[in-house]
Amino acid sequence: MNEAPSYLSPTGHEIVFLLLGVVAVGAALLVVTTRQVVHAALWLVVCLGALAGCYLVLTAEFVAWVQVLIYVGAVVVLLLFGIMLTRAPIGRSADLNSGNRVVAAVVALATAVVLVTVVADGFRHAYVDLSPAGPVKQGTAEAVGAAVFRYWVLPFEALSVLLLAALIGAIVLSRTDIRGR
Amino acid sequence: MHILYPVVVSVLLFSIGIYGVLARRNTILVLMSVELMLNAVNLNLIAFNVWLEDRLLGGQVLSLFVIVIAAAELGVGLAIVLAVFRNRRTVDLDRLRDLSEPEPEHEGRGDGAAAKEGVGR
Amino acid sequence: MIVVAALAVLLPFLGAVGGLLGPRSVRWAAWVAVVPAAVSAVLAAWLAIGRARVSGTLTLIETGSLPISVGLDVTELSALTGVLATVVALAVQVYSVGYMRYERRYRSYSAFISLFTSAMLLVVYAADLIVLYVGWEIMGLCSYLLIGHWWEDRANSRAAVKAFLVTRLGDVGFLFGIFVLGFGAGSFRIDDIITRFPEMSPATLTVGTLLLLAGVAGKSAQAPLHTWLPDAMAGPTPISALIHAATMVAAGIFVVARLFPVFAAAPGTLTVLGAMAALGMLGAALAALAQDDLKRVLAYSTISQLAIMAGALAARDADAAIFHLLTHGAFKALLFLCAGLVIHRVATNLMSGMGGLRRVMPITFATMTVGFAALMGLPPASGFFSKDAALAAMGEAARGGVLNTIFYGTALLTVAVTGAYATRAWLRTFFGPPAVTADDHHTGEGPATMLWPVVVLAVPALLLGFAVLTPPHLGTAVLSVALSLLGAGVVYAVWRRDRVRDPARLLGPLRVPFERAFYVDTVYSTLFVRPVWALARLVVRTDDTVVDGAVRGSGRTAQGMSGLLRFAQNGNAQVYVSGLLAGLLVIVIGAVVLG
Repeated sequence: MNEAPSYLSPTGHEIVFLLLGVVAVGAALLVVTTRQVVHAALWLVVCLGALAGCYLVLTAEFVAWVQVLIYVGAVVVLLLFGIMLTRAPIGRSADLNSGNRVVAAVVALATAVVLVTVVADGFRHAYVDLSPAGPVKQGTAEAVGAAVFRYWVLPFEALSVLLLAALIGAIVLSRTDIRGR
Repeated sequence: MHILYPVVVSVLLFSIGIYGVLARRNTILVLMSVELMLNAVNLNLIAFNVWLEDRLLGGQVLSLFVIVIAAAELGVGLAIVLAVFRNRRTVDLDRLRDLSEPEPEHEGRGDGAAAKEGVGR
Repeated sequence: MIVVAALAVLLPFLGAVGGLLGPRSVRWAAWVAVVPAAVSAVLAAWLAIGRARVSGTLTLIETGSLPISVGLDVTELSALTGVLATVVALAVQVYSVGYMRYERRYRSYSAFISLFTSAMLLVVYAADLIVLYVGWEIMGLCSYLLIGHWWEDRANSRAAVKAFLVTRLGDVGFLFGIFVLGFGAGSFRIDDIITRFPEMSPATLTVGTLLLLAGVAGKSAQAPLHTWLPDAMAGPTPISALIHAATMVAAGIFVVARLFPVFAAAPGTLTVLGAMAALGMLGAALAALAQDDLKRVLAYSTISQLAIMAGALAARDADAAIFHLLTHGAFKALLFLCAGLVIHRVATNLMSGMGGLRRVMPITFATMTVGFAALMGLPPASGFFSKDAALAAMGEAARGGVLNTIFYGTALLTVAVTGAYATRAWLRTFFGPPAVTADDHHTGEGPATMLWPVVVLAVPALLLGFAVLTPPHLGTAVLSVALSLLGAGVVYAVWRRDRVRDPARLLGPLRVPFERAFYVDTVYSTLFVRPVWALARLVVRTDDTVVDGAVRGSGRTAQGMSGLLRFAQNGNAQVYVSGLLAGLLVIVIGAVVLG
């Protein structure tokens, strides 16, 4: 694209995004390290909310609202129900991490190092102008709706069938009075 | 805005998700970690959609689809976890060892003769 | 005429095949054993009467160097020996019908005798040393099979293995002797070797004949390799008569006589032969004097008599050796078959269990007396003439040197001891108070099929000496008869004093070493058998610990390694996914670094 400015003079967008990113990453870390199951779910809410903010900064406002509605609203509630139904201990419990922790840390760290190296090498000069002087922003509900129903109708319909199938599957799996023949 | 910022955040979230999947014992926590990984991908999709100025909004639409699929996955996944919990009274991943090879019988009985002769079962 | 010779060889072979593969009936087996033997005997006699030399070659086998000619060559010597072999074989086959008919394995037994007869005739008639060797080895095999006929008894199978191994030891030398002579002469044909030996260097001749002598010593049970013969008495008595008295042991003497011109050109070999003979004849005679087992007495006597033949050969008189071979074959077969009758009657081999059988078994008594008289060399039995010829030859040679004089003296001493042990066996078996015989259902002497061969064999044992129209040498004849009677007289005098006790008590403290045949077996056991056993155990242990240990160890290692691998297969899905992602990571890093 056009010539990228220096990393040493961040714009306002960048500062906000970085703050939100730090919140998201920190909350994510807490999700995978906390000793309380319910706290993990709540930190997940924080993380997903911060991500929604990131989407907003990136001008994808419709996706951001959907994120808040579905993830923060539905998914986390679902998770909390799951925690409740499996009678997970409320409060601190020492054994939430399995013995695999060291291996997992090594693998995750290595993944991070490799990916950061690769993307830093690949996207060092990629830049997008988010100021009003930049290109037209297309993240509104109107634009997304037009795109979905103009160009993406067929995947959208397939997805609705998938949802239905998942719904039926979940019901069959969770009900105890349905037996296989 | 430098695309590097969202991409690096996405990488970090994804790695944290990997750690959670590999290290957590409770199945529901593992599902949460999977959600983290999905969201890392979503962040990538949004960032590249903006950077590439896609007229079809492929990135944003696809991230919507991912959110929907993630919800479906979570619903089915939780149903499975509940079914496991009903049968086993536990959702600890390292206690669900049906994939393991059964222990050789002679070790359990202390019958070392077969092992001494070097014959398999 | 060559067809006659070939038929004589082939018929017993066909009989063996028919006996082994034919119907499972004793009657068939008996007929198929006796008829070919009889026809072969007639054919062999025809060849001998014809007195014409018959030879023919069937085919020439190209080997790349020296060709092997498959053919027969019947000389006068071969014809006579062939008659001996077939007549004894026929007698044994007929006798076996009575002796072995109720045996479970009579079929294979008679078939092996037929095969043996065929092989012996092949040896006798062979025109080529390699063909002769084939027959020689088949004889060894048959001997092994027949000695071990009652293999259920461990001692019998041990005796069979011992006979096989000891003769095989000599046969190795024999084979190499054939090679040395064959390559020296440029041909394996016996005729060629006999005509071309002057071209060979003395060293080649001596080496070749000495190697042949090893095989001869093995087959004819001469001094260092004689130990198998007394043990071979474990076989059925007719086999002892056939193989270990009349035919197989004669094969060694026959081969020396057949190649005699070659041997005569190697004086060193003849001296060795003479020494072996002197050692064997006296040692075996003394051992025979102390044995209690009738068959072992006869076995040691066989070694002794074969040594006398070897002594005659060493004294360069092949005719005397062959003459003694023929008469010995007749009277020793007779003695063995008589011993078989006695054993059949009293159901024991031991002379202490016999005695007083003179009145119960008159025919056996008469025929066996003829046999013992021939053994002692008393006129007019055949042994008198042949032993006289052999002694005369040795006496003639004694003028040539000190060694030969010693050999001659030994032979004379042997004659005296022979008289002693023959008298002892005769008295212990047929005179004195009858021993208690538990087995009384055997009345009379035995079936006719067993008596007839004995009576028939008694005729040549008695009269064969007159067939060779040579007058006895007066000096040696008187000397040997006197010595023999002296030995007999001493034994008789001792026996007269106490008719129950063994006259061998005369030997005093020497008796035990004599009975053990001078501990040769013990010495061999210490020198060879035990080291070989130790070596074998070492090999077994090496095999068990090193070779098998490596196999077992590799199995254990594989199991241990798989245990390590199984450690990863613990069923924890998270571990699996960790491995999966780690592997993926490695691939990605590789792609990034290399790409």
